[in-house]
Amino acid sequence: MLVLTAVAALGGLTLLLATGLIVANRRLYVEEDPRIDAVEEMLPHSNCGACGFPGCRPFAEALVAGEALPGKCTVSTEDGRAEIAACLGVDVGAEEKRVARLACAGGRNVARNHARYSGHPSCRSAALVAGGGKGCFWGCLGLGDCEQVCDFDAISMNEHALPVVSEALCTACNDCVEICPKDLFSLHPASHRLWVACKNLEAGDELLEDCDVACTACAKCAMDGKGIIEMQDNLPVIDYSSKHGSKHGAKHATKKPIERCPTGAIVWMEADGTIVRGDAAKPVVRHSERRAAAT
Amino acid sequence: MAVPVSRYPTFSHGVHPPESKDDTRGLPIRQFPFAPSLVIPLAQHIGKPSVPVVREGQEVARGQLLAEADGFVSVPQHSPASGVVRRIGLVPSIAGKMVTGIYIEPFPGSSQEVAEGERCDLDTATPDEIIAAIQSAGVVGLGGAAFPTHVKLRAPEGKHIDTLILNGIECEPYLTTDHRVMLEQTADVHVGIRYLLKATGAERAIIGIEANKLDAAEALEAAIPEDLPVTVGVVQVKYPQGAEKMLITALLGSEVPSGGLPADVGAVVVNVATAAEIGRLLPHGRGIQERVVTLTGPAVRRKGNYRIPIGTPLRFALEHVEASEDVSRVFLGGPMMGQALSSLDIPITKGTSGFVAFTERETGRQPPEYPCIRCAYCVDACPIHLNPSQLGLLAKIGDYERMADELHLMDCFECGSCSYVCPSHIPLVQRFRLAKSVVRERRAAE
Repeated sequence: MLVLTAVAALGGLTLLLATGLIVANRRLYVEEDPRIDAVEEMLPHSNCGACGFPGCRPFAEALVAGEALPGKCTVSTEDGRAEIAACLGVDVGAEEKRVARLACAGGRNVARNHARYSGHPSCRSAALVAGGGKGCFWGCLGLGDCEQVCDFDAISMNEHALPVVSEALCTACNDCVEICPKDLFSLHPASHRLWVACKNLEAGDELLEDCDVACTACAKCAMDGKGIIEMQDNLPVIDYSSKHGSKHGAKHATKKPIERCPTGAIVWMEADGTIVRGDAAKPVVRHSERRAAAT
Repeated sequence: MAVPVSRYPTFSHGVHPPESKDDTRGLPIRQFPFAPSLVIPLAQHIGKPSVPVVREGQEVARGQLLAEADGFVSVPQHSPASGVVRRIGLVPSIAGKMVTGIYIEPFPGSSQEVAEGERCDLDTATPDEIIAAIQSAGVVGLGGAAFPTHVKLRAPEGKHIDTLILNGIECEPYLTTDHRVMLEQTADVHVGIRYLLKATGAERAIIGIEANKLDAAEALEAAIPEDLPVTVGVVQVKYPQGAEKMLITALLGSEVPSGGLPADVGAVVVNVATAAEIGRLLPHGRGIQERVVTLTGPAVRRKGNYRIPIGTPLRFALEHVEASEDVSRVFLGGPMMGQALSSLDIPITKGTSGFVAFTERETGRQPPEYPCIRCAYCVDACPIHLNPSQLGLLAKIGDYERMADELHLMDCFECGSCSYVCPSHIPLVQRFRLAKSVVRERRAAE
């Protein structure tokens, strides 16, 4: 008898709750556009946030709602974006590819350290200990926080402990911009090839004691690039929006300003990753070579 | 004085690092020469940097106003020497950044007389006038934090300050500046206390001194004027007793709440050297142009306590005290909470209580970091009863939010006791410092 009561009670309870669930499923069902799931499937699932949305799902929702265009997803391949556009029947909305650029060229071969940092190997930790010990207070510490934070393996440290950004892999997700304690990264359209690879706010040749490729604020580039380069706080600032006096697109698409730079602080970034320095820039000699030459 | 140590009050937890004060504790304060070029950063304090009122090429007298305060949480700078303003530009700072500052070239033959200013009369001045005078004298906490003193003297709305605590603990190893100031400027300390009592409206003052400085305690006790409600409170020797909150616990027995101020328990803590400086400057209306600094450490030959002009470059100071050639590491402020320096070009500022220089022999060893074995030595050491072991594990995986939300990371004041006792040599404090800066950044962004 006891067993029967228990079975009946539990069975009744089960039925009651099941009915509740069925009713809830019918009455409280949220209609969701099935395209959201489909579009999300087509997105790269990296949740990097480069599109400006918190992740791939919110981006898919925005795509379906028509608030964004597939071109915003810089991580997808060209075909992937076209597929999404075709699926939704919208324009791809081609955004120009943006990449992270590093405003420092002071690798271990050219930049001196005042002190040796031997603590926790992370740029952000080092920056908290008297700035990290680099002679140039603005320079890259080279401990690779950006390499570590990059989800797309777009950043690798070269043999001189300077991060190199691969234009092909970079998705402009902004992670490296946020983590760098010296604020050396910024996102730029890949067509911005003229680049100031220095953040040193001081002027004068004494800077070269700390770094061979520092900008000494000689302003030769500003003279050669009138209208596109202006000196501000001892650094050249390139006005990428300037199209003044140019027949073919933007005027900053010229290599002229880099030619007379004595240190090679203003450079030309080729798409394949090579960094072109001006002819006047003195050759960079490695410390080991310099020592060998002295003895 | 054969008093058993246990008779003195203290706080719970803490550590006992070697004191290493014997080299300089007996050496009287000596005047330091002027460097050929003095560097005065405009931000020597916590708060907004001051604004220059001189121009390049201008001649200034010693004690003249160089830069005025920008708002309430800011203090002015005074010229440390009679000379010429060479340049106003970027100067290297202790934090490893370039900040705006003023370069002064002292006149070699000048008598370096200090200009007399508008004096603040103790008998007639109102509390607000005293607070204003302390600000215009450029006084900041000389213990190391360099927090503008006048800011904390004004009790927050609805709170009453009844106890003024003078911090003469100096628990940091090697440093002996406060010790010497207490011995040699006894009268100044008491004058300073008068000003501070009037400014805060506190009924009594306690001078907190560790039991290893009983000579200073006796000297101060003997010199207390009869009408002054001052007592000397001797506490046990322990690190970090000099931290504001620990000192309040040791002397008053009450605990400052998490995230609170000493005013929450009716107290305000002022460094004893700050009080001495107030007592020295305010009757003459002068501003801070020099401070007492301990220059010591195994790499320094002429160790001592020196009265050094603000802005003296460290390189000049180390040359003057004949630091040995193989100096490998210099700490600003002492080995426990002090900052390792990356450049010898930085100047001595108002917050500099000492420099400790080591050679490779003392700092060469770098034991490897081992995994946490959960021995809880750090838990027993943490003076504010946090769990550094758990915090360290979270810091390693970068879960800074949880550290801040659940484990009170932001209460950590980076005393370094946990790193000091850790048998696995885990750089706990360094990780916490990073975590705190990240959390602060994120909160500011929100």
